[in-house]
Amino acid sequence: MKNGPLSLLFNTLVTIFILAPLVVVCLVAFTPEDVLSIPTTSFSLRWFRAVFNESGFIAAFQTSLWVAFASASISAALALPAAFAIARGQFRFRHVVNGLFLSPLMIPSLVMGVALLRLFAMLGVRGSLLWLILGHVIIVTPYVIRLVLGSLVGFDKSIEHAAESLGAGKWTVFRRITFPLIVPGIFGGWILAFINSFDELTMSVFLTSPTTITLPVKMYMYATESINPMLSAVSALIIVLTAITMFVLDRVYGLDKILIGKQ
Amino acid sequence: MTHPDPGVAPARKRRLSFLGAMPLTLLFIGLLIVPLVLTIVLSFRPYDYDLGVQAGWTLEQYIEIFTSNYTLTVFWRTLWISGLVTIICVLIGVPESYILSRMKAPWNSVFLLVILSPLLISLVVRAFGWSMLLNPMSPIGKLTQMMGLGSLLYTSSAVVIGLVHVMLPFMIIPVWTSLNKIDPQTIKAAYSLNASKWQTIKRVILPQATPGILSGSLIVFGLSTSAFAIPVLLGGGRSRMVSNSIYEQFMVDLNWPMGAALAILLLVMNLIIMMSYNQILERSYKRSLG
Repeated sequence: MKNGPLSLLFNTLVTIFILAPLVVVCLVAFTPEDVLSIPTTSFSLRWFRAVFNESGFIAAFQTSLWVAFASASISAALALPAAFAIARGQFRFRHVVNGLFLSPLMIPSLVMGVALLRLFAMLGVRGSLLWLILGHVIIVTPYVIRLVLGSLVGFDKSIEHAAESLGAGKWTVFRRITFPLIVPGIFGGWILAFINSFDELTMSVFLTSPTTITLPVKMYMYATESINPMLSAVSALIIVLTAITMFVLDRVYGLDKILIGKQ
Repeated sequence: MTHPDPGVAPARKRRLSFLGAMPLTLLFIGLLIVPLVLTIVLSFRPYDYDLGVQAGWTLEQYIEIFTSNYTLTVFWRTLWISGLVTIICVLIGVPESYILSRMKAPWNSVFLLVILSPLLISLVVRAFGWSMLLNPMSPIGKLTQMMGLGSLLYTSSAVVIGLVHVMLPFMIIPVWTSLNKIDPQTIKAAYSLNASKWQTIKRVILPQATPGILSGSLIVFGLSTSAFAIPVLLGGGRSRMVSNSIYEQFMVDLNWPMGAALAILLLVMNLIIMMSYNQILERSYKRSLG
């Protein structure tokens, strides 16, 4: 089945719609002017220099990387045994527990932010980096659980039985058979968790303090206060960085596996 | 999923496997259930502008929300914007997924990547891009002004455009996945039975894509009702949605019980819509399975 000219036109329009804002952001970043404008005659890197001189964005970027790395790793470490328990265990509340772990997908992250703000205020830990990371763990865990569970459920157990029948101990079976087979699921879940944490704005806006501000929150605050080409330069840097990461991920792992969960 | 297999692991050991889920369960109780309960309690606490949150119980917040024109308008706006965004996402996302599913390698993965790429780029960046595209000085801004629509930036239209841009991937992923599951033989069979192109789409392809469309709509609607950054950055002061009011109560007015009540209502609204939608979803699954 081939696409007709109308279909191709439609596809082109959708592609333009998707890419237009990103392209404009990148173009404006090179303006030599003080105001937002698409440069036509001369290009300048002054706004990129401004980003690196304004330490706030760099610090926020580092915080975001650290929060995303920590929350994805904690989530993966806790989700792995939990997924095992759900997939293989026989306890009664299996489905309840599974539903609990997936529930952050149903709860608006804004509501999560408000609820955690209330808790953190009562505990006196508002603005603490550790508690911000733990909040992110809750938001990203559904992605990890889903991917790890997916790899555990679609898993041929006869291989494990075969290893056991050949005299392998429990730990050996896990280390040599089970773990290698579910590594793609864990890795994919970790990456989705990292991406979601790195981009998280709505919950973090309630939970960050000036010292723990993450990049999306910093950009949001900046965008609501002042509009100048510096934000385009930050955005262009993020877009380029994302494109490089996506390219590397696609080569190493396959992007469709991560984004769509294709096995 | 798993059947007891006494030869491999005794039942008692399997029951102990719950321990693996313990740490995460405790974390979720502490940082999800407890905070939600605290928020519900907070929403029933009396609030005094000078003294802050008081002890005791009151329905004041909820009464104020349901009797104030302002909050009702905000809730209503949130609902219609989310509904409109969902409809537009279906109208664009379904044909686009269909076109994508018919593309040959390598074009299918190239365009899929392009369409999914915004997922990886911060919401603020995308909102910022749209604010530049829609502002009155830009070519699009001039065009809409010439057409007599005025500048779109800082109107509900800008919010809808921005949200569609953000939500489209969430529609395309499930629809594309369900279209890919269709056996091409069934389409060939329809053609061989003299079905027209339109009949094939309507009677063979669309019914099989319905579960994908429904779950896509659910995700898009749910995420839209709690949209936060797009309404502020593209809608300005006149197109506030519920999330923005909640933020204002918590961070600006410091009336936390009011903010909590709004947040609980947003949550309840979302859950009701999602659950009733899930029922429709299940029914349509049953129907599509015969």
